[in-house]
Amino acid sequence: MGNSFSRREFIKISGLSLGGLSLGAGFYNKSSVPQIKEIAKGAGASISGAVKTPTVCEICFWQCAGWVHAKNGEPWKITGNDADPNSNGRLCPRGTGGIGAYLDEDRLRTPLIRKVVDGKQTFVEASWDEAFTVIADKLKKIAEEHGPECVALFTHGSGGSYFKHLLRAYGSNNITAPSYAQCRGPREEAYLLTFGEGVGSPERTDIRDAKCIVLIGSHLGENMHNTQVQEFADAVGQGATVICVDPRFSTAASKAKHWLPIRPGTDLALLLSWIHVIIKEKLYDEEYVAKYTAGFEELKREVAKYTPEWAYPITTIKPHVIVETAREMARHRPSTIVHPGRHVTWYGDDTQRVRAGAIINALLGSWGRRGGFYYPNKASVPKYKYPKYPTPTKSWRDAFPDLYPLANLALANGICDATIPKADKSCAFKGWLVYGTNLLHTLPEPKKTVEAIQNLDLLVAIDLMPAEITGYADVVLPECSYLERYDDLRALPGRVPTIALRAPAFEPKYNSKPGWWIARELGIKMGLEKYFPWKNFEEYLETRLSKVGLTLEEMRKKGVHEFEDRYPLYFEEGMQPEFDTPSGKIELASSLLASYGFDAVPRYTHHEQPPEGYYRLLYGRAPTHTFARTTNNPLLTDLMAENEVWVNKTVARLHGLKNNQSVVLVNQDGERSTKIKVKVTERIRHDSVYMVHGFGHTDKRLKRAYMRGADDTKLISRVKVDPIMGGTGMRVNFVTFESAGVS
Amino acid sequence: MARYGMVIDTKKCVGCADCVVACKTENNVPDGYCRDWIVEDVRGAFPDLHMEIRSERCNHCENAPCVRCCPTGASYTDEDYGVVLVDKDLCTGCKACIASCPYDARYVHPEGYVDKCTFCMHRVREGLDPACVAVCPTKCMYFGDLDDANSEVSKLIRSRPNHALIPEAGTKPKIFYLL
Repeated sequence: MGNSFSRREFIKISGLSLGGLSLGAGFYNKSSVPQIKEIAKGAGASISGAVKTPTVCEICFWQCAGWVHAKNGEPWKITGNDADPNSNGRLCPRGTGGIGAYLDEDRLRTPLIRKVVDGKQTFVEASWDEAFTVIADKLKKIAEEHGPECVALFTHGSGGSYFKHLLRAYGSNNITAPSYAQCRGPREEAYLLTFGEGVGSPERTDIRDAKCIVLIGSHLGENMHNTQVQEFADAVGQGATVICVDPRFSTAASKAKHWLPIRPGTDLALLLSWIHVIIKEKLYDEEYVAKYTAGFEELKREVAKYTPEWAYPITTIKPHVIVETAREMARHRPSTIVHPGRHVTWYGDDTQRVRAGAIINALLGSWGRRGGFYYPNKASVPKYKYPKYPTPTKSWRDAFPDLYPLANLALANGICDATIPKADKSCAFKGWLVYGTNLLHTLPEPKKTVEAIQNLDLLVAIDLMPAEITGYADVVLPECSYLERYDDLRALPGRVPTIALRAPAFEPKYNSKPGWWIARELGIKMGLEKYFPWKNFEEYLETRLSKVGLTLEEMRKKGVHEFEDRYPLYFEEGMQPEFDTPSGKIELASSLLASYGFDAVPRYTHHEQPPEGYYRLLYGRAPTHTFARTTNNPLLTDLMAENEVWVNKTVARLHGLKNNQSVVLVNQDGERSTKIKVKVTERIRHDSVYMVHGFGHTDKRLKRAYMRGADDTKLISRVKVDPIMGGTGMRVNFVTFESAGVS
Repeated sequence: MARYGMVIDTKKCVGCADCVVACKTENNVPDGYCRDWIVEDVRGAFPDLHMEIRSERCNHCENAPCVRCCPTGASYTDEDYGVVLVDKDLCTGCKACIASCPYDARYVHPEGYVDKCTFCMHRVREGLDPACVAVCPTKCMYFGDLDDANSEVSKLIRSRPNHALIPEAGTKPKIFYLL
């Protein structure tokens, strides 16, 4: 690319077309939406004759297996695969609405290259070959001048595996996903430290057989992680006790026997106080603790001060409620789960908070026990054999000597920080490949993300939709939707080992291509053809399937295959209790944390509370949307087109806010949101407001989502970083209201 | 004539709206419309709150005002299943049925006729559950013959406390919500 940009402008409207094809408005052609004939009335309307193709859902990370149904060659619907233990034949609303991802007329249609035309930066439509040439040339230059390690990959979703492979073949191992340091990283580290194993995804929580489920801010049912919610509903239906700790009366709270509307930022005080009560009243599983755990005496000593009376003024949860709920948890042990949560990057001491919950699970003996945490099985399918990758000599870690010692995965925010040149940081990144993750809505402190982007020589975005990140890219590569492509076999942990196949149900629309094709063609252009020995993905899949005695044809017929060989799920069924910790035991006091100078037993730390007139910004999920990536899906937008800010009734009165009126939220740093409607409700505390994440898109190319609702990420202009593993605590921002008329 | 109805367990329902999406794709309901929907019925004041989450739709009333008031006979009760349907060829879009429905279950389809939940009769006739029932991840919905004492719906109604919506309207609704 001959152009060099002193400042990368966000290209809002992709426009300039040298080929005469406009990507602007006017593309929505109603007749392109398949019209299914009215079949509701009249006898004999047959639903047979439809064809179905196996798929694995890509609308979220749960990866449910299902069937894509087409009728008369047109897309019809997606249903779950009955043979899949990860969906039990039932998808969630997003998976059911997955057809919308295929139909969305705002999809990226063809490769785009940033160029300066008439003094203005714009996207010019390009052929795949042109786009690959630009990228390959630039990557070659970066490798020569700075080393291949100065290129990073940000990834989310199944297609990311091809780009990981490509980047490793190129010579960099700087591969990151915001799902670690902006989501479940602290949880994985906390469980590793305690039990020597992470929780994983799907979570190994045995909710199906749980008698008591304790949720710390986990809003199951609103976060629609399919089989987890299925099991939660089953457990509730069977009379399981739910203890729900949440400043908001969530869906899960409405199912709870005990709703504890805790003051945000004080969950650790409650957890420590529960540990205090469990030890003081000898409610724990003495045999289990003696046999499997280490550090009990240290734990006992450390929590002696955390009485319910101490916790009351901090948490606002009354002492008798703390005692009563602790007893309730113990009554049902070992079938009690203190849920480890999933998005847990809240306050910067998140590893320790999650560890406190893990300690309760250990005290109640629920790890490795029915109704607690099971030992997952995972299908073992040999990997495709590739030549050895070059060995990188630099890593993102070089930019953070002595920091975040227990980070087991690369930090997305860390790579972002290390892209901004500073005297004390080495390996300043020069190139980003961004696959399937809209970093402007994913990483906190979006201004910093934009600043980092200005320092890049190359930014490539590979995506389905023209989200904000693509507006900053130098080259945009349109991937086709999951309904139009093969992907690698799904092999997830679960009670039974299975694999599932995603096969294309439709031809790729427009000039979009599958991720595997994009990575392979780009690899060949970069001279890395020896890393792509397979010609197409059928060949790749046949090779892998043949190693376990299966064929692609068979998998196309059934979608899911279950393997016979499996380990027992629980200690009581013969699973060997082995813990991969320094002591070989469940560590109630962590020797590893102590060796790095951190607290071996979690200690309560005070977090700043909002100043007068300001409210803590809480955010969460809606069952109908995934992050910021589905808010333009025509089917799902029809159900929820924008988010609302939940405001306590008394607070609303104080600020003169009416239900449904539009406001602008302004945070402690003066960051302003787009307009958002107020939901006046009794369902939230007076010191917090809440919104669903993923709205407030500012990219005009997303016609349905543009400026609908507000983006919480924009208001997350500060974070508290977890010193243990580098996670970014994001619930540390405070907002107030401004009448929307002003903006 | 059978008397088909639905039982929905509000204890299990999380209000995810999968029933709404499944209905839309199954029946090609146009953008901006739906045949079923979610209600979050919140009572009380912070922190003493109660919420009932309901998946709602046409109640396929036994004493259906929409059928009685329809001037063309387009709205009718199916003789085999006791399900209230609309013959779109007979419908003139006069909206009398919409005005008469206490549940606001009907809408005018962009093509001019009145549309609503059919209990997915095209599926039921093939021995399948309605799409909303079949898709529900929490399995909180049940469909069956209320006249059959051994059907799951009948058993649930007998064994668990439940309520129908707006019974005072006297329409004899056939959807029951378990408490």
